[in-house]
Amino acid sequence: MEKFTTITSTCVPLPIENVDTDQIIPARFLKATTREGFGDNLFADWRYDKAGNPKGDFVLNNPTYKGEVLVAGKNFGSGSSREHAAWAIGGYGFKVVVSSFFADIFRHNALNNGILPVAVSEEFLGELFVSVKGNSKATVTVNLQEQTITNNETGKSESFNINAYKKECLLNGLDDIDFLLSNRDKIEAFEKQRVYSY
Amino acid sequence: MKTLFDKIWDAHVVTTVKDGPTQLYIDRHFCHEVTSPQAFSGLRARGLKVLRPERTTLTADHNIPTMGQDKPIRDDTSRFQVETLEKNARDFGLTYYGLNHPKNGIVHVIGPENGYTQPGMTIVCGDSHTSTHGAFGAIAFGIGTSEVEMVLASQCVLQSRPKTMRIHFEGRLAENVGAKDMALYMISKMTTGGATGYFVEYAGEAVRNLTMEQRMTLCNLSIEMGARGGMVAPDETTFAYLKGREFAPKGERWEEALAYWKTLKSDDGARFDKEITFNAAEIRPMITYGTNPGMAIPVDGSIPTLDEIEEAGRGSFRRSLHYMGFAPGEKLVGKPIDYVFLGSCTNGRIEDFQVFANYVKGKRKADNVTAWLVPGSWQVREQIEEEGLDEILREAGFELRQPGCSACLAMNEDKVPAGKYAVSTSNRNFEGRQGPGSRTILAGPLVAAAAAVSGKITVP
Repeated sequence: MEKFTTITSTCVPLPIENVDTDQIIPARFLKATTREGFGDNLFADWRYDKAGNPKGDFVLNNPTYKGEVLVAGKNFGSGSSREHAAWAIGGYGFKVVVSSFFADIFRHNALNNGILPVAVSEEFLGELFVSVKGNSKATVTVNLQEQTITNNETGKSESFNINAYKKECLLNGLDDIDFLLSNRDKIEAFEKQRVYSY
Repeated sequence: MKTLFDKIWDAHVVTTVKDGPTQLYIDRHFCHEVTSPQAFSGLRARGLKVLRPERTTLTADHNIPTMGQDKPIRDDTSRFQVETLEKNARDFGLTYYGLNHPKNGIVHVIGPENGYTQPGMTIVCGDSHTSTHGAFGAIAFGIGTSEVEMVLASQCVLQSRPKTMRIHFEGRLAENVGAKDMALYMISKMTTGGATGYFVEYAGEAVRNLTMEQRMTLCNLSIEMGARGGMVAPDETTFAYLKGREFAPKGERWEEALAYWKTLKSDDGARFDKEITFNAAEIRPMITYGTNPGMAIPVDGSIPTLDEIEEAGRGSFRRSLHYMGFAPGEKLVGKPIDYVFLGSCTNGRIEDFQVFANYVKGKRKADNVTAWLVPGSWQVREQIEEEGLDEILREAGFELRQPGCSACLAMNEDKVPAGKYAVSTSNRNFEGRQGPGSRTILAGPLVAAAAAVSGKITVP
């Protein structure tokens, strides 16, 4: 996994609530057996018409908005557990998703793929949408070490939560399997001392 | 004093990372063809084996046709995905129930019916509806593919301890009201993110009175309000269901298991982070009108008006109704529909087919309706035939298909065309869920049966 460092980037705004993983990557694109290529179909049904042509009114097709930060409405990533949603977001080139609320499984999947979900207050999110709408070159800075996000247009900062373990993983580009395998002796000890074993 | 959740969680802690998640031991792991291939590739890339192969079971369900399963799958990428699962089972020494195997079916149907799912277990699968298994008093939740790889490699996952919530359904359900109606009612009150961060225990008289199949429907939909999972404390109903099933304990082991399982309930006075009470008698048959499962109303009710929606959510509400072709304040009763789907891990079990068949008996399917009746497993289909339900369905103009997830997520050919309305017993009414542009109206099997016969949304 790539190490996560501080990012300053313009934003791609998606001011829709309850964006579910079926929108992020529709089920018919889940037939692949590798992790690559999902970025091309990110938000496919909003992004392309039936003939596969880009829809002009969707933000990913609007050249005004570019960047490594996706800013979305409340409750982002609800629904299916498909990690393909995180692969699609990462594959497209996003490193951070900002929202006021994330669904649990999506949040896990994002972190396991080096994508940082940043949960901000409703107020911060609302202002960020206004900033980006007013100036498509508006940037945010996300500092993982300090756990802060700054709207560089207004100068306002907010801190965000991430558990210390996951933060270390992201900063160092480590994944959970390395950690779990290093605990092999503990797993075997657990299996031997169980009260009731299935 | 501990909650049921605490008891099971604490019995599975291998170690806890300082300031971080818990390393949780997993008793039972299920894999299907869609969310596992990249996990097996990961194992190969690291040169790893599956640590405890006897604890993982594989089935093909998400991406398979529901007709002609005896022939090769026509779609090349779908066929390759299923073949990849089969190869992974072979290479890693895992039990695999492939197409046409008598134990094949939807992962959340075959786990319980074969006795794999037991009280007190931790159960995971790369599928959010793994919450279904919580009906047995298990901690069961969906995971991503990276986590599937973790379980294969270490039989563990890393999880932060969720908060606990107890939802009471006091009193009794009215006649014609089932677990699906309870769930849709609950999600409409809780909203689609209202239980995010929580693990839910369902309690109260109405929950106690549910059969195992109904408890599975209720727990299945826990994820639709954001919950990590849902559970019901095991009781005589649970034990009676499990006894004699193939992988359930037998003989002395059964007695030993039973003694342990009987300790699995929340202690009096155990503290939950949140407690909510609903009056079961108030619940009526429900349907959804929008594009998330929280957008539900009684079948004879009206869609909320704009004034009833919080200002911040009005844009999303409008967008959703526009997609569905409905207007604020409108009633849905009498609206013509095009498709009916009976099936999925939510409502693809024998009781769902009994309810459906019982309603359509002696009636006829409406000519304007295409109906897909998809049993959750071969065992469900076999029981349908044993009970003669297939005959009743056939006489009423319905045809049974072969098991699979089918039109719930429309990865296979069972797709609802753009703009068409489908009354569906599945779990998600998201935009395009049942095919690009499809319009899904979620309901229980009884409301679906009424719609199939009348060709429109009907109070059963």
